[in-house]
Amino acid sequence: MPAEAAAAKTRATDPSEPHMILVDHVTKSFGRGEQAVLALDDVSVTIRPNEFFTLLGPSGCGKTTLLRLIAGFELPTRGQILLDGQEIGHLPPYRRPVNTVFQNYALFPHMTVAENISFGLEMLGKPVKEIADTTARMLDLVRMEHLAGRHTAALSGGQQQRVALARALAPHPKVLLLDEPLSALDLKLRKAMQIELKRLQSETGITFVFVTHDQEEALTMSDRIAVMDTGHILQVGTPRDIYNHPARRFVADFIGDINIIDAELESVSGDRGRITFPGGGTATAQLQTASMRPGRVSLAIRPENVELTDPGDARATTQGEIENVVYFGVGSNVHVRLRDGSELIARSAEVKGQTGDRVGVILPDEHLQVIAD
Amino acid sequence: MAAQPDIAAAPADGLAQAQSDARARRRRWLLLAPALLTIGLFGLFPLVITLIYSFLSPGTYGGVTWEFSTNAYTQFLFERDIFDDTLAFSTTYLNIFGRSIGLALVATIGALIIGFPTAYFIASKPPEQRNIWLFLITLPFWTNLLIRTYAVLLIIRDEGIINVSLMQIGLIDRPFGMLYTDGAVFMGLIYSYLPFMVLPLYASLEKLDFRLVEAAYDLYATRFQVLRRIIIPAARPGIIAGCILVFIPGLGAYITPELLGGGKKLMIGNLIALQFGSSRNWPFGSAAALILMVVVMAALLIYVRNAGKAGVRHG
Repeated sequence: MPAEAAAAKTRATDPSEPHMILVDHVTKSFGRGEQAVLALDDVSVTIRPNEFFTLLGPSGCGKTTLLRLIAGFELPTRGQILLDGQEIGHLPPYRRPVNTVFQNYALFPHMTVAENISFGLEMLGKPVKEIADTTARMLDLVRMEHLAGRHTAALSGGQQQRVALARALAPHPKVLLLDEPLSALDLKLRKAMQIELKRLQSETGITFVFVTHDQEEALTMSDRIAVMDTGHILQVGTPRDIYNHPARRFVADFIGDINIIDAELESVSGDRGRITFPGGGTATAQLQTASMRPGRVSLAIRPENVELTDPGDARATTQGEIENVVYFGVGSNVHVRLRDGSELIARSAEVKGQTGDRVGVILPDEHLQVIAD
Repeated sequence: MAAQPDIAAAPADGLAQAQSDARARRRRWLLLAPALLTIGLFGLFPLVITLIYSFLSPGTYGGVTWEFSTNAYTQFLFERDIFDDTLAFSTTYLNIFGRSIGLALVATIGALIIGFPTAYFIASKPPEQRNIWLFLITLPFWTNLLIRTYAVLLIIRDEGIINVSLMQIGLIDRPFGMLYTDGAVFMGLIYSYLPFMVLPLYASLEKLDFRLVEAAYDLYATRFQVLRRIIIPAARPGIIAGCILVFIPGLGAYITPELLGGGKKLMIGNLIALQFGSSRNWPFGSAAALILMVVVMAALLIYVRNAGKAGVRHG
């Protein structure tokens, strides 16, 4: 798994691989000359058929630009975009079998719910009968039949969201692009829509490309996630891959809580390396990138994988002192100060010990990752 | 702050409440008085005079004699035989009305066709540049309409820059007459009233959410379909306002048809002016002005009511 994740990062896309969308060495810069801003820097990624693919990253990372390139609202500066084997990178939006759910829905305010949904079919010149049938089916799919004649301005956020989905799904695109569609909803509605979106995706069998900055949302819904930062794709993998085997410090930091510990890589054998901690203790850790050389490295471990024990326990990797215990309902975060002065968080349902206690810290080998910066 | 004790005392003392209400009402009327007085004196009063004059008889040297008569209105539709005093239906003045309405309509449509792309162009500029463009649009207003119309006259007359340059190039060997034609009036009207079209159009296009345009493109609408289905409906209030603002002054225009049309073919404005001038028929001039006003108001009411119905659909 980690080897695959590492490979995905370095490997260029391969057109023979089954794909719905293939982004091939795409660069996008805005502006010219001195003021040019590089939004995407030589990005390649393969999105497979019928997959729920998420572009995840902080604002300004280029995820929305990549989505707009696929939709056709922007044209790539360099590189090409294939859809099902066909170059679409330079086609206008209305020539691409791709539809978008916009962040603020962008429903047509002068049309009813039904008119909004049938708009795409009308523009495609479908027969009247088919338009009526499909629109009815879409209204049913998003459970909005009772509001078909209503104007969109009179709808709640959740209802507008569902109309936007139905409108984009009605022409049965090959790919549905979703630009942070849930960010304007409150938490409860958002959770409900996450499940609804997954349901729609499996019912329609359409490839979804979903853009979000919410890592929890990404982990919940996606088949695969691409983590992006400053115009690059840092890692592509399943939610489990990304969570358990982050390849880069940024990915580890961005997804969930994680401890990053400075350590010394003594020796490398295969994809594992021998580690010594500055505060004493040794361990064997997984290497996330193939070309790791001995020296100072960053170690990553999730708080829930850190175990605390008696100072004298033989299993203890290193030693520390409890600084603080923070209770958060289902468990507690124990902040431990290690001997070299760095801080570590251990998470567990039950806490033995209190502030000031000396503890042994167990960092299980199988959960320790050496990651690149 | 002064009102607060009144409110506090209100439940205890109803009389004090009523008194303070009356005081507030008086204050409101006092503040409104200057505006009401101005409108009454300079808006309503002249209209009443016009109405009264239209039912009087013309004075020999202009002005009116105080004798009741409906001649002004019958004259509009009928011709009085000078020998036996019988009335015969005549379309002379109806024709003038018809031509004026036609020319004003065509000029309105022309202004819309030119004004829409202009307004869209300005609305699509970055916000900090828009004011400069708007300033340029309103720039002609800084010069008197009469002067500007003379300038147009100088350009299109037989010895004007267009004819002279065309002759020098050798495309034509004698000037083709542009001045004193309906085309010249049409052009002059568009030129004079174009800003009235552009400004309201800009105001509604500026509010257009460009994401709607993207959404329409995304849903397979071509450029033309986006214009027809998304942009024009969004600009509707601006189109209505702009058309009204161009049509009404265009209908009553005086200077433009007088100078550029040569006064050969009368428009309503010229007809009315003529009655107060050389024709010395003030009652007929007043009647023509009132008929014009009633026609325009009726048309507007019908238009606005229909637009209002459509507006409800827009939510």
